[in-house]
Amino acid sequence: MDSKRRDFLKIAGLTAIAGIAAPSAFNTLLKGEALASAGHAAAGDHGAAAPTGKRYGMVIDVKKFTENPGLAEQCITACHTIHNVPDFGNKKDEIKWLWVESYDHVFPEHSQDKRPDGLKSMPILTLCNHCDKPPCVRACPTKATFKKKNGIVAMDYHRCIGCRFCMAACPYGARSFNWRDPRGKDANGRPFIKAENPKFPTRMRGVVEKCNFCTERLAIGQIPACVEVASQAKGLIFGDLNDPNSEISQVLKTSFTIQRNPAIGTHPSLFYII
Amino acid sequence: MIEKALKGSKGYWVWMLFLLSLMGVGALSYVQQFNYGLGITGMSRDVTWGVYISQFTFLVGVAAGGLMLVLPYYLHNYKAFGRIVILGEFMAIAAIVMCLMFIIADLGQPMRALNVMLFPTPNSMLFWDMIVLNGYLILNILCGWVVLHSEYKGIKYPKWIKPFIYLSIPWAISIHTVTAFLYCGLPGRHFWLTAILAPRFLASAFAAGPALLLVIAMVLKRVTKFDVGREAQDKLVTIIGYAAMLNFFFLGCEFFVAYYSQIPGHMHTLDYLFWGLGHGDQVFNNLVPFMRASVIMGLTGIGLIFYSRAKQCDGLLVLSCLFIFISFWIDKGLGLVLGGFVPSPLDYVTEYVPSFQELGVTVAVWATGAFILSILYKVAISVKLEKEA
Amino acid sequence: MYGKGRIIPALILFLGLMTSPMWYSSGDASKLPKPEKPKDYTECVAPAQYMRTSHMVLLNQWRDNILREDGARTGKTANGTEYVRSLQNGCMKCHSDKKKFCDTCHSYASVKPYCWDCHLQPKEAM
Repeated sequence: MDSKRRDFLKIAGLTAIAGIAAPSAFNTLLKGEALASAGHAAAGDHGAAAPTGKRYGMVIDVKKFTENPGLAEQCITACHTIHNVPDFGNKKDEIKWLWVESYDHVFPEHSQDKRPDGLKSMPILTLCNHCDKPPCVRACPTKATFKKKNGIVAMDYHRCIGCRFCMAACPYGARSFNWRDPRGKDANGRPFIKAENPKFPTRMRGVVEKCNFCTERLAIGQIPACVEVASQAKGLIFGDLNDPNSEISQVLKTSFTIQRNPAIGTHPSLFYII
Repeated sequence: MIEKALKGSKGYWVWMLFLLSLMGVGALSYVQQFNYGLGITGMSRDVTWGVYISQFTFLVGVAAGGLMLVLPYYLHNYKAFGRIVILGEFMAIAAIVMCLMFIIADLGQPMRALNVMLFPTPNSMLFWDMIVLNGYLILNILCGWVVLHSEYKGIKYPKWIKPFIYLSIPWAISIHTVTAFLYCGLPGRHFWLTAILAPRFLASAFAAGPALLLVIAMVLKRVTKFDVGREAQDKLVTIIGYAAMLNFFFLGCEFFVAYYSQIPGHMHTLDYLFWGLGHGDQVFNNLVPFMRASVIMGLTGIGLIFYSRAKQCDGLLVLSCLFIFISFWIDKGLGLVLGGFVPSPLDYVTEYVPSFQELGVTVAVWATGAFILSILYKVAISVKLEKEA
Repeated sequence: MYGKGRIIPALILFLGLMTSPMWYSSGDASKLPKPEKPKDYTECVAPAQYMRTSHMVLLNQWRDNILREDGARTGKTANGTEYVRSLQNGCMKCHSDKKKFCDTCHSYASVKPYCWDCHLQPKEAM
């Protein structure tokens, strides 16, 4: 080959590589978006400085749901309706943001021996824990899932590439994937989303979704939908964990709560009163 | 040089057409998947990675196996590998291309795949995987092609390629370490959360990669005039045998830790894989025959491979290499990836069976890898045979 | 040139095929898109020329700001009218007929934005 032609090809190749790499390099440097976490927990957290900013959390009082049969289902219906969560009718494609489990499935690392009667049948609401140190955020290669400054672990469905690494990383099984088009219909012609909420988008197939702590409601001063449904029975207490005067902080000071799998250090924002 | 792939015997063209037809069938399956969604596979909410990612994980190992040829030849001047090194580098290229294809096939939104490059996220292992896999692909294309091209021109390869060749040596370790880091850093999956995962990956890679290469080399000896040489064959037997033994030693360590400590989180997945897991009123054991076969084949293969060398029997050599390759394919492909999802974080057991379309796409990707490999090998062998004549 | 008799006809054929979209639809340039403006509203969130060129930039800015930085969910137009910074709950409140507004230009330019895979269109117009 001509040495001139070869030189041209070498320069063209290098230019192409620079042209592809430059935008992403600029993106990172200028936007400072390189690291996914919003700088929450530093290394060596024992006795760290007092946390600043909001940290939304929730206390789930399981007794209240046992005393009010059907309440848990109402919470789930509220959540799934306003967020256009589809029901595919089979376990394989299942999408759920909020659901009920029994004690041995929510707390498998706790003892199951010699437990009181009635524990097995208690309905325990399960959802994303919005961890303080979320492994899913660490795993996401595009920052499609990220931790907001108010503690909520959020999802950007525009950026999600559907690799499901976050689902593998989540230690709580809180995430669901859209294996099919959620706007489709089943074999009998019934749509998967029974009643569309025109104020909230659906998702598309190929992205992961989960509870978003009703970010869109919090932004306009409302409490999460499930909390509102359970507010009369006081089954769910929602608030700022970093505010010592909030209702949730008072509840946590006076009641003994447990968390899911605390040993792995994710620091969930969800607390359970059994 | 690539024009050498356009001339071949009738057998060559029949083989290429066969591969193209497999690729076509798989392409149709992928179109179905693209239109319906990943729900067309056997994956579910609990088992979110299936055949595609398991093949990707295994093939990264096969690509890293090329290191076992490059290291002795370039770093330690082991001249006996002179004919086989290029085969290793080209096999790495085909394997990495297959890896990338499997990853794209597995994405829910493949059109957004470039987001991993547009939004770099250094804390994500998938980001680093993207970098090391593409880097290794470029390195192997560069080194393999430049050295082969120099041979084609009848001169020694240029000095500037040496740093790239040396770079490919730790880079090969890095690709499989990063892939292992995808798994072993996730706090919720106890089966994967072990420090020995990366060493185990590397050990099985250094056995499976060269084993496949040896099988292909024996096939090449039969269908072409290309013979890698007795010494290279025998040395590879050593490498494959010891790497395989190391992998089984590591597996034994896993067994010890799980069953001596009796910690349920460690034991349950091994129970599921090797004995069947009783959960609720059901017993889940659809992987048990595969995992047991994997251990038996692997151990048999190790014994056979050394025996085949003692008896200088090529047939037994091929058989033993196939045993080892298939054993590690099951171990890493089925056992490792699927095992991590059982039991789920909510302590349920969901089993996984790949669907027809899923297998179609898988076969097509393997066929594409074989297609690329055939083209590259045709070029390499033609050049080498011509030059040595 | 070696093989002139085959290469030149093949080149002409190739160029013809490659430029076929242009001369196939020539003469149709007059069918410019005519998006129907909303009847009850006089101004948009930004000047019309800017919206014509950069409405996607604006939407992306809104998204990144609101989703990732908890930005304001409402804004004010130049004349002080408040609007919701949202595609589904903002833009579509005024431009409520997707077919008569959004689709006219998009179809002409052969642009298929995937916004509508998730964001719901107003029911009346569907």
